[in-house]
Amino acid sequence: MATMRSAPIFRLSRLVAPVLLLILAWAGPAVAADPKIELAIRDQQWVPNEVEVPANTKVELVIKNEQKKAAEFESHALHREKVVPPGGQVSLSVGPLKPGRYEFVDDFNKAARGFIVVK
Amino acid sequence: MLAAAIIVFREILEAALIVGIVMAASRGAPGRGAWVAGGVAAGTVGALAVAGFAGALSAAASGIGQELFDAAVLFAAVAMLGWHNIWMSRHGRDLTAAASRLGTAVRSGAQPLWALALAVGLAALREGSETVLFLYGIALSGDGGTAALVLGGAIGIAGGALAGLAIYVGLVRIPVRYLFAVTSWLVLLLAAGMASQAAAFLLQADLLPSFGDNLWDTSFLLSEQSVTGKVLHTLIGYTAQPAGIQVMFYLATIAVIGGAMKLCTGGGGTKAAH
Repeated sequence: MATMRSAPIFRLSRLVAPVLLLILAWAGPAVAADPKIELAIRDQQWVPNEVEVPANTKVELVIKNEQKKAAEFESHALHREKVVPPGGQVSLSVGPLKPGRYEFVDDFNKAARGFIVVK
Repeated sequence: MLAAAIIVFREILEAALIVGIVMAASRGAPGRGAWVAGGVAAGTVGALAVAGFAGALSAAASGIGQELFDAAVLFAAVAMLGWHNIWMSRHGRDLTAAASRLGTAVRSGAQPLWALALAVGLAALREGSETVLFLYGIALSGDGGTAALVLGGAIGIAGGALAGLAIYVGLVRIPVRYLFAVTSWLVLLLAAGMASQAAAFLLQADLLPSFGDNLWDTSFLLSEQSVTGKVLHTLIGYTAQPAGIQVMFYLATIAVIGGAMKLCTGGGGTKAAH
């Protein structure tokens, strides 16, 4: 009976291990040669505040924060949120997306809005 | 000042709700206040450190350090909440029986409070670091002056704490007989929501496939930006536009933790203990 009781815990680790391995296997080629789209946040505004992205293509968004304060790229439509440190740069992958307009904001300054236009 | 208050409130809300639920789930356990307060304090100190190293963190692991960190923190919290629930499914009946006999003071059974303290600490760590970054940024840029900023931040924190208190007060009104069953469900859904959020971070880092970008879109019904949306996002993992992988992680978490709880209740021999 004692071994029966610990079974769920073993089952948990048995499930988690392959998932972690899978993640590691994916991690290598993650940031490959996807087209790069550059975006900056400057004086409380996105520059440009509309970026065009080809449909059904995975792209890499490179976001520069040219302010002295932190920003957070956030888009519910794209399920993305990433802090961009002051003076820093981050990149994240987006897509492949269907045609449409996808809004994003600076979560630390909601007035800064922009759109990714997928064509 | 108002902007600062609103943003701080939004960031604090998630951690505050988790504290409220955890306090209700550990009702009657001796020393729970100290454990939970310790968790929050440790998480807050950690949040300062994380905010300080934000630049290094996002540059780490070829630019996906932030995502890996967020996902790891969330998965750790899921594990802690799951562990608590599994433990409770084995011992909850004894606790409830003891609580019914002794009124609200449960002295029997040492709940593994470290698991809950850790879960609370991890929530404070994640939400706190963003709050610190945000406030620090405003302080540097000097928008609106320091006094307004401090006041706004304090109002935001007080608002979040009130929300946490509200859910706690609501939960402890539930008769002790049902309380632990209700909190177990809440904790399970909380954990599932966190797993779904962690999946979103791994998706963002391009480590997981999406299995469908927007499985559905209920943002016209309830936006995640609204307070209700945000509360439900924390409590049950509500996502207006979920990716397939998020739904999969959500369901898998319920299946794994729920299954383990069932197994433990069945084989735990709680009835024989009487």
